[in-house]
Amino acid sequence: MSKFRKKKKGLPAISTASLPDIVFMLLFFFMVTTVMRETELKINNPVLPAATEVKKLEHKSLVSSIYVGSSKNKNITGDKIQVNDKIINYTEVQAFILSERAERKEEEVPYMTTSIKADKHSNVGTILDIKEQLREIQALKISFSVTKGDVTKNF
Amino acid sequence: MARRELPEINAGSMADIAFLLLIFFLVTTTMNVDSGISRKLPEPQAADYVPPVIKQKNVFDIVVNRNNQLLIEGTDFIKVRELKELVIAFIDNGGGTGNPMDGQPAAECDWCNGAKDEASSDHPNKAIIQLQSDRGTSYGMYISVQNEIEAAYVALRNTYCLKKYRTSYTQLQKDMKDAQGKAAKAAIKVKIDNAKKHYPQIIAEPEPIK
Repeated sequence: MSKFRKKKKGLPAISTASLPDIVFMLLFFFMVTTVMRETELKINNPVLPAATEVKKLEHKSLVSSIYVGSSKNKNITGDKIQVNDKIINYTEVQAFILSERAERKEEEVPYMTTSIKADKHSNVGTILDIKEQLREIQALKISFSVTKGDVTKNF
Repeated sequence: MARRELPEINAGSMADIAFLLLIFFLVTTTMNVDSGISRKLPEPQAADYVPPVIKQKNVFDIVVNRNNQLLIEGTDFIKVRELKELVIAFIDNGGGTGNPMDGQPAAECDWCNGAKDEASSDHPNKAIIQLQSDRGTSYGMYISVQNEIEAAYVALRNTYCLKKYRTSYTQLQKDMKDAQGKAAKAAIKVKIDNAKKHYPQIIAEPEPIK
């Protein structure tokens, strides 16, 4: 019995030698998955509608995003369109796409996609206005950004 | 033997440094992958373009009003849930002859499983889904309808691919992503394109109601 009693002298310290390893592992995971938010939203963060038939957008560098949502200022009603860092009128969408095109290589232009990130409570009229603008300048590939989920919760 | 006496470097603060970095990346991380419903817009038409004449029976008319209610074919009010089945039944009807394919003369749809109703669509490549929305319709509703239409086409293509290639259309698309090498990719692409050709997506969106 005395053999066992000897050990009760003091709790041995838990070795924290592997703690940095664990933390580093987590660190690398987050470093790899991090995407820095590239635009500061001037509108309320759009609540995306849900859908089941979703496709992942590939080639992130070829995607230009258009945000649609309500203004942060409660006195302003109606849908606001934001690209990059500013709120624009729908007629300026073409200029935005053209500037996006100018940054890409010529051969990549046909693969460019416009991702519309709109709030589910915004009006279809705004979206169709944007679509019409895009159509006029041959930016034909679009994607309605959605989350995966049940469609009946959209309205 | 001198090696034994080298003092160990104190790594105690390593964890602190790592934690600091970890927290920084935790805060800045946005995990959302951008995904959505893809659509291809129709090319802009010349001002003097005359649209082709289309039989009314080949058009499936969906109207969404500003109260987010669905009206189909001008007669029935339905719920979003019911839309998919109706769209499938309409496209897959195969009541007549379609547009010529692969240089072959116009033929009946021999892969359709529909009712072959005379009063409904002739052929999947003639069947047009017309989505008329109101400017005041909510975007969520619009996406729901788009999603159900997409789901209908995917379901039809799935049935077609299962019958022909013993794999579903969705599986083919997954395989396409995982496929190694150009030859393998091309082989799958042929199948996908074939399915798309047999059930082409023809969605018309006329000007919204003001």
